[in-house]
Amino acid sequence: MSTIAKTAVFSTSIGKKLVMALTGIFLITFLIVHLSGNLLLLKGDNGEAFNAYARFMETSPLIRILELILAVGFLFHIVMGIRLALENRRARPIRYQVNKATENSTFYSRFMVWSGITVLFFLLLHLWNFFFQHRFLGLGAKETMYETVVRTFKEPIYSIVYIIAMVFLAFHLNHGFQSALQSSGLQINTNLGKRIKSIGMLFSIVICAGFTAIPLYFLIFT
Amino acid sequence: MATISVTLKVWRQKSRNDSGRFETYFAKDINTEMSFLEMLDVVNENLIREGKEPIAFEHDCREGICGSCGLYVNGRAHGPLKGTTICQVHMRSFKDGETIYVEPWRAKAFPIIKDLIVDRSAFDRIIQAGGFISVDTGSAVEANSIPIPKAIADLAFEAATCIGCGACVAACKNASAMLFVSAKVTHLALLPQGQAERYRRVIKMVEQMDAEGFGNCSNTGACEAECPKSISLTNIARLNREYLAARLVPRQYDN
Amino acid sequence: MFTLDSKIPEGNLADKWKNHKANLKLVAPHNKRKLEILVVGTGLAGSSAAASLAELGYNVKVFTYHDSPRRAHSIAAQGGINAAKNYRNDGDSVERLFYDTIKGGDFRAREANVYRLAEVSVNIIDQCVAQGVPFAREYGGLLATRSFGGTQVMRTFYARGQTGQQLLLGAYSALSRQVGAGTAKLFPRTELLDIVVIDGVCKGIVVRNLVTGKIESHFGHAVLLCTGGYGNVYYLSTNAKNSNCTAIWRAHKRGAFFGNPCFVQVHPTCIPQTGDYQSKLTLMSESLRNDGRVWVPKQKGDKRPPNQIPEEERDYYLERRYPAFGNLVPRDVASRNAKYVCDEGRGVGETGQAVYLDFSDAIRRLGRDVIEQRYGNLFEMYEKITNENPYEVPMRIYPAVHYTMGGLWVDYNLMTTIPGLYALGEANFSDHGANRLGASALMQGLADGYFIIPYTIGDYLARVDFSKKGNTDHPAFKDAEKSATDRLRKLLDIKGKKTVDELHRQAGKILWDYCGITRNATDLKEALEKYRNIREEFWHQVNVPGTGEELNQSLEKANRVSDFLELGELMILDALHRNESCGCHLREEYMTEDGEAIRNDDEYCYVAAWEYKKDGTWDLHKEYLVFENVKLTQRSYK
Repeated sequence: MSTIAKTAVFSTSIGKKLVMALTGIFLITFLIVHLSGNLLLLKGDNGEAFNAYARFMETSPLIRILELILAVGFLFHIVMGIRLALENRRARPIRYQVNKATENSTFYSRFMVWSGITVLFFLLLHLWNFFFQHRFLGLGAKETMYETVVRTFKEPIYSIVYIIAMVFLAFHLNHGFQSALQSSGLQINTNLGKRIKSIGMLFSIVICAGFTAIPLYFLIFT
Repeated sequence: MATISVTLKVWRQKSRNDSGRFETYFAKDINTEMSFLEMLDVVNENLIREGKEPIAFEHDCREGICGSCGLYVNGRAHGPLKGTTICQVHMRSFKDGETIYVEPWRAKAFPIIKDLIVDRSAFDRIIQAGGFISVDTGSAVEANSIPIPKAIADLAFEAATCIGCGACVAACKNASAMLFVSAKVTHLALLPQGQAERYRRVIKMVEQMDAEGFGNCSNTGACEAECPKSISLTNIARLNREYLAARLVPRQYDN
Repeated sequence: MFTLDSKIPEGNLADKWKNHKANLKLVAPHNKRKLEILVVGTGLAGSSAAASLAELGYNVKVFTYHDSPRRAHSIAAQGGINAAKNYRNDGDSVERLFYDTIKGGDFRAREANVYRLAEVSVNIIDQCVAQGVPFAREYGGLLATRSFGGTQVMRTFYARGQTGQQLLLGAYSALSRQVGAGTAKLFPRTELLDIVVIDGVCKGIVVRNLVTGKIESHFGHAVLLCTGGYGNVYYLSTNAKNSNCTAIWRAHKRGAFFGNPCFVQVHPTCIPQTGDYQSKLTLMSESLRNDGRVWVPKQKGDKRPPNQIPEEERDYYLERRYPAFGNLVPRDVASRNAKYVCDEGRGVGETGQAVYLDFSDAIRRLGRDVIEQRYGNLFEMYEKITNENPYEVPMRIYPAVHYTMGGLWVDYNLMTTIPGLYALGEANFSDHGANRLGASALMQGLADGYFIIPYTIGDYLARVDFSKKGNTDHPAFKDAEKSATDRLRKLLDIKGKKTVDELHRQAGKILWDYCGITRNATDLKEALEKYRNIREEFWHQVNVPGTGEELNQSLEKANRVSDFLELGELMILDALHRNESCGCHLREEYMTEDGEAIRNDDEYCYVAAWEYKKDGTWDLHKEYLVFENVKLTQRSYK
């Protein structure tokens, strides 16, 4: 097939979508790991298991490598997502006066870039609270990760921001999950598509509920 | 027979380079048995009698198959009904006193020619790039020497029912042409006759689609919901799969 | 006096085409690219011809007034395409398809042409399948066929209710492939305004760019008009709104004879008109008559809802009058009888211009599921348009103008009386005689484009001088451009009080009333007068807004209607001169006591080929039809 001119695959519309899909799926796997680790917070052992887990995450060289890969994954997902959103805006320079998009699509499928950006802002805040301060500003020497968590979630404003972010994340995941499988070409028939959608919705609810349980737990029970 | 009166806000634009604006027209005592385009005919007849220029809009068969018509009516591609071209929408779908916005398809790849008429030749160029099976007249084999499982033939047929009206692009928030392209790719990739050019075809069609300035698919499903022929989203999944298989799987002749 | 030479080859009917092909001159491959062919129209005939000729290596230019070749009205054909494949082992053969077509045309078509059509029908299916046309299939993976329009063999191939669309998309994809390869050049949104004849030979065309309004000429060693039929002369028809006669009519006025203009097929199963604003009529596939029963109330003016009219007060008039064929009588018979019962005042619906097509028996017998499977999409379409559910209430149907058998006269090579000018598909006077069988229009369009013109055109082109590159410098091009421009200018300058549609509607109504399903001399004479008056009024009263230098749909329409208004007159003259009833042409003076047609083979067994005279009158030329292989019989469906 050397006879046809080809654009670099990840510069084509479908290639770019594949980047979004693959990085998205990768980030989804990260969320699963992250949530399962975080649920140790609810063990009721005053953070013993959680701290052990946090220490492992901070010290393992393997995790250090994975961390970098994760950062790259985020970066690609974010940069490509924003690039696509900008390109897509340019594809319709004059917008409709009246547009009833609600009749043909769900709001979370249309607002992926906004739910994504919301989650991104939260991510920065979250990294500041639980990563930068610990890793680079010496907070790790003063308190355990568990203590940081308890202290942070005792602030209702942060908890509320956290929960709102998790709701946005759920919307993002609800479309993102099935979208990733669609973009990578896996929804071969309508039935499978429906099942994938249900799994995606279930998954996003589980993730959202799982993460939300943590601030609620600290707000209510401690 | 019932009649209604409606107010129309219609996009008027003299030519491609004109900036365009909405004009207001009143359609009085419209028989609800009229089709939407017949209502526009009546409005146009009155405009001509008043010495004004009628509204230019594209239409031909008026039975939902040629794909010529395409209007964004009250925020929906082809108006309020599902699985229906605007020529098959009747005035009984509107209420007395209603204000109806009539806009052209909006997409960078579909520049406006006049009023509600847009240039959809990008679709033709995509087909010209590869939306065919290369078989010269006369070189075909006996038709029944190519058996095709009915289920596959039916799927190919479903995809082939696309009328190329552009509603998918119009309805998509990204003005993406993926549903159109995927329907043709699916139709031909499913059939045994289409195998020889299977990967070449999908690569060339996607290249052309991208070159035309359509947006990227974000899987909202608006195209499927507004498609007058209800072309399935699964075709887009197949297009993705076909394309990725064509580009990412190494083949012995790739040099 | 000009004598018509149909150029029918010698020999046995079955060998004519084979022998002819063997004797046709050829053009060498390296010379083909020096030859320019202009194809006008991109329906089945145009697209298939353009693709095939470009594949052969000719230099092809393709013109369509649509935005895309895929919009041509062939796309709307529903039912299917005939082919003598005999896959069903039910006794079909080329001979039988030939005979059915000749007989269906009421013996007013050429034996040799029709036989050739039947012969190549089998190749069409092969070609289309190879292109990826998704015909209906059986579970074994092989092609499905059905019986259509009352034929006794299952020879109709179909793709659900959209056979035309799928076939056109096949031809369109073949054409697109050539456009992509650069062997064919496409001119969309470009309408033909005139053909250019130099020293009696067609050398090019004059077209208008519909976006800019620019008028320009194109040189061609040969020109193919594949511009469809002229049913819209009636204003209301099942044709697409833009379908028009301008290309063939302007060619006619430049010297191409017009064959059998009054042969117009009226299709019995269309959705009735609801009001004056009606812009077109929608056809419902006649396959519906396989299971639907046609009836009207026995009582005049019975306004009860259909379900309240008891069985014994219904008149299943087709079953009553034609016990053998019942509801499956040919299109003309079904149409005519619908008109009779409505004229008697027994028509139904708000306008009284409709009859019922009732599926309740079939639903009772076969179950709703079976009916849904067979006609689901048609029922849906009916409901969409009428807002009535045909599973519960009988459909209302009425005949509507559907197809024109008449068209430019062509010889066996599809060449008109102007050398170098060809007409294909519905645009020619065709192989359908005085009436066309169901599922034969698609067959003819593709036969002409894929399998006939690629052979016959070479014979002509091998004789033309292609040593010098053609150009449009000859004054004839300028003259034609000027006359086209002047005509448009004239239309724009009238600035009268009436709209184009208004006048077109009036003129169409005259034709429908006097030169429609039934005709008689008195009416036709009256119509002639009325029709000329309308044309007069048009040229004084029409109002065409806008200018000629822009996209101007009113101007396009006015220009087309101005031609219809001339063609309509010729149709009336043709109908008036043909003192017999044959096929679709029912002259009330030539009927039996019980209302059946009387054909006059002694005096009218010919193709009426009309020659346009400069003073706006016509000379009639007759191409007598010779039947050596079939016996002329009177059709009977009793």
